[in-house]
Amino acid sequence: MAHALPAGGHLETNTGLDNRKLLMWLFLGSDCLFFGSLISAYLLYRDRSVVGPYPSELYDIPFTSVSSFVLLMSSFSMVLGLSALQRGNIRGMRIWLSCTAFLGVLFLGGQAFEFTEFYREGLTLHQNLFGTTFFVLTGFHGAHVSVGVLILLSIVASSFRGRVSSDDPLPVEIAGLYWHFVDIVWIIIFTLVYLVEPTS
Amino acid sequence: MAATSIPKRMSFPQAMREARAAGATYQGIWSWLTTVDHKRIGIMYGAAAFFFFVVGGVEALLIRVQLAAPEQSFLNPDQYNRIFTMHGTTMVFLVVMPMSAAFFNLLVPLMIGARDVAFPRMNAFSFWVFMGGGILLNASFFTGGNVFAGELGAPDGGWFGYAPLTLKQYSGGHGIDYWVIGLQILGIASLAGAFNFIVTILNMRAPGMTLFRMPVFVWMTLVTSFLLIFAIPVISVALFQLTFDRAFGANFFNVSAGGTPLLWQHMFWLFGHPEVYILILPAMGIVSEILPVFSRKPLFGYPFVVFSGVAIGFMSWGVWAHHMYTTGLGSVANSAFGISTILIAIPTGIKIFNWMATMFGGTLNLKTPFYFSVGFIAMFTIGGLTGVTHSIVPSDYQQQDTYYIVAHFHQVLFGGAIFGLFGGAYYWFPKFTGKLMNETLGMINFWLIFIGFNLTFQPMMVAGLMGMPRRIHTYPSDYGWEFWNAMATVGAFTIALGVLVFMVNFVLSMRKGEAASDDPWDGRTLEWTIPSPPPAYNFAEIPHVHSLDDFWHKKYTEDRDGRPVPVPAGASDTSHGDGHAGGHGIHLPSPSIMPLIAAVGFPIIGLGLVYVNDTSEVWSWLGGGSLYLLMRPLIAVGAAIMVVGLYGWALEPATEE
Repeated sequence: MAHALPAGGHLETNTGLDNRKLLMWLFLGSDCLFFGSLISAYLLYRDRSVVGPYPSELYDIPFTSVSSFVLLMSSFSMVLGLSALQRGNIRGMRIWLSCTAFLGVLFLGGQAFEFTEFYREGLTLHQNLFGTTFFVLTGFHGAHVSVGVLILLSIVASSFRGRVSSDDPLPVEIAGLYWHFVDIVWIIIFTLVYLVEPTS
Repeated sequence: MAATSIPKRMSFPQAMREARAAGATYQGIWSWLTTVDHKRIGIMYGAAAFFFFVVGGVEALLIRVQLAAPEQSFLNPDQYNRIFTMHGTTMVFLVVMPMSAAFFNLLVPLMIGARDVAFPRMNAFSFWVFMGGGILLNASFFTGGNVFAGELGAPDGGWFGYAPLTLKQYSGGHGIDYWVIGLQILGIASLAGAFNFIVTILNMRAPGMTLFRMPVFVWMTLVTSFLLIFAIPVISVALFQLTFDRAFGANFFNVSAGGTPLLWQHMFWLFGHPEVYILILPAMGIVSEILPVFSRKPLFGYPFVVFSGVAIGFMSWGVWAHHMYTTGLGSVANSAFGISTILIAIPTGIKIFNWMATMFGGTLNLKTPFYFSVGFIAMFTIGGLTGVTHSIVPSDYQQQDTYYIVAHFHQVLFGGAIFGLFGGAYYWFPKFTGKLMNETLGMINFWLIFIGFNLTFQPMMVAGLMGMPRRIHTYPSDYGWEFWNAMATVGAFTIALGVLVFMVNFVLSMRKGEAASDDPWDGRTLEWTIPSPPPAYNFAEIPHVHSLDDFWHKKYTEDRDGRPVPVPAGASDTSHGDGHAGGHGIHLPSPSIMPLIAAVGFPIIGLGLVYVNDTSEVWSWLGGGSLYLLMRPLIAVGAAIMVVGLYGWALEPATEE
């Protein structure tokens, strides 16, 4: 506020990083510990369930690989959306961000399908430690994706009211940081939870 | 500053515009509910924390009355469990943390030469969420039946909430649910505050205010905030796990399903040990500000004090299992955590020696803030040394769960954190009220608390070493603990008297206190360069900083022997620039009700989660129904309010143009 206001209305900051962007980086740092704790709990309990169903009986690796691929592609379209906005192409941004949100919803649909399948085969939150840790971990990740979808759709909606412009692409860039982070977390979950074989 | 008050008839937006146009202070309840001014938020944080300090203090007195003599039944075991749980929880989460947050809010922007924090509305949000969590947590008292007949509904699992003892089958009722949800909400408040202060400190320093020209208090705020953003998510996950176990039948701590109690202990203490540094580092920052001013010397070894604080921050992540020696982690783990615990005493010791060296040879100004700071050093040193005795594994085996532990952590948290916070209150009171606190009452206040403190907690050390266990609601008479417990109770009431004197002093000084100048203590940092109380915009012109303790160097130069000599009037540029003509034309962030609306959603959702699976029948006169059927709509209402608040917040402009 005190510092000179350069064109675009940005405040000069000591680090050169916009306040909002620094905030998102800090939030993501904090969120690392959140997922770190959830993943640690999963790994700690991996071989300790006393009754089935066990992971090896339930995991459908090809199916989850496809839904992971869908989520990864959403990161690609996120980048294209930001790039469109930076080039002043609001319409392109709307299309790519909607596409990102759609891919996110597709991933969530896959997760809902997977949860339902597992439930039919007897895995509940209550059944065993695997059910407890799996549903809570992937559920919180799904909640993060859902929030991301809401953010993307909010940006698209507000762009129709002239609130998004190429003069200030930062909100979209920050939304992108969040989206990519949630993707990266999924890659870690997919690797550690689905791909790494339990020892027993 | 023109301090015209605004007629009450005006509509609020009109009044706000008038007020800002006149550069005036604005008043009325609405102005507090919508404020985004860091100073007002700081005052609200301070008032709320002090209120909870009194609540937690009364709980402490109840405990001490019960334990004053053997075999008493002033409190029954159930009430005793609830009271000591709420005492610990209140003092940690509702007193020391928010009181530190009050000082962060009041001082950080002033000390770095900024007009507000980076995200003023998020700052207000942090406070309102904190209030919601605090109220929800304490509301639990009234849910156990007739509270006047002593039927309390408060949590009974200790401030550490060890699972599986806190599972439904071992702790029925909803006390623990209130505790879990309440802490979860308080965590959100802490996170919002911590993000804000890190961004503020890293991004919004005045020109020339490099990191190593920042006051130590700002450094400690930075370290504390980093600890918070990494520690809170860990406890959040632990609390979520407990919530899932209690409300939705998950198995995280269900031993028969293969779960382990150690999961909770690791998660809780991985949060819990950084947490104790979250509690103490702000007080260390306050003391590092007070001692140089009242010794009229620069802080001895500024970089050492700063780096020690940072080192403590890092090392606090590697010591958590010293809370768990007796859980059978094995000798390798125990030795490793023992060594790391011994090592963390090094940076702490460096700080203590630097504070003493700051006073050494100084021209001491023996005022109340200085007394509390010296009290801090003495009491914290004892507390720290007893902490080192815990790091020795075999010795800790004997001390585990005795009053020696209770004495130790009160020695650091009361003798440390609370002493520092009292000192800070006396030190900065003139800045924010324009009045000086009464010195005579201040001295009575200090000595009552100092004597009362030692009378309370040193006997606990003896009782603990004699084998008295913690968390017992009474004890037999033939163990030799009576005398020490009686002493501790006398001490606790002496402290209460001291706190009462503080309250009297505060109110009297506020009303009739001697007027304070802008710089009553001959200070060194930027907050003393501006009027007392500071105008809403803080700095009419943003200062340019040339060195550490910049303000001091503008006032004093040194003679050949290194003694400070006042700079002749007019020889230094200490005048306040008037580029904004008394604050006109400075764009301040607009007041907003949205943070409050968004925050109100949290306790409503929380209340819904507390009762989400309660099948008891309610409202039989309406045909009756299970309580939980009402809870899902309640959660939906809470979520809707939150979403409305957040979207309103995102869509309104931050500053009126």
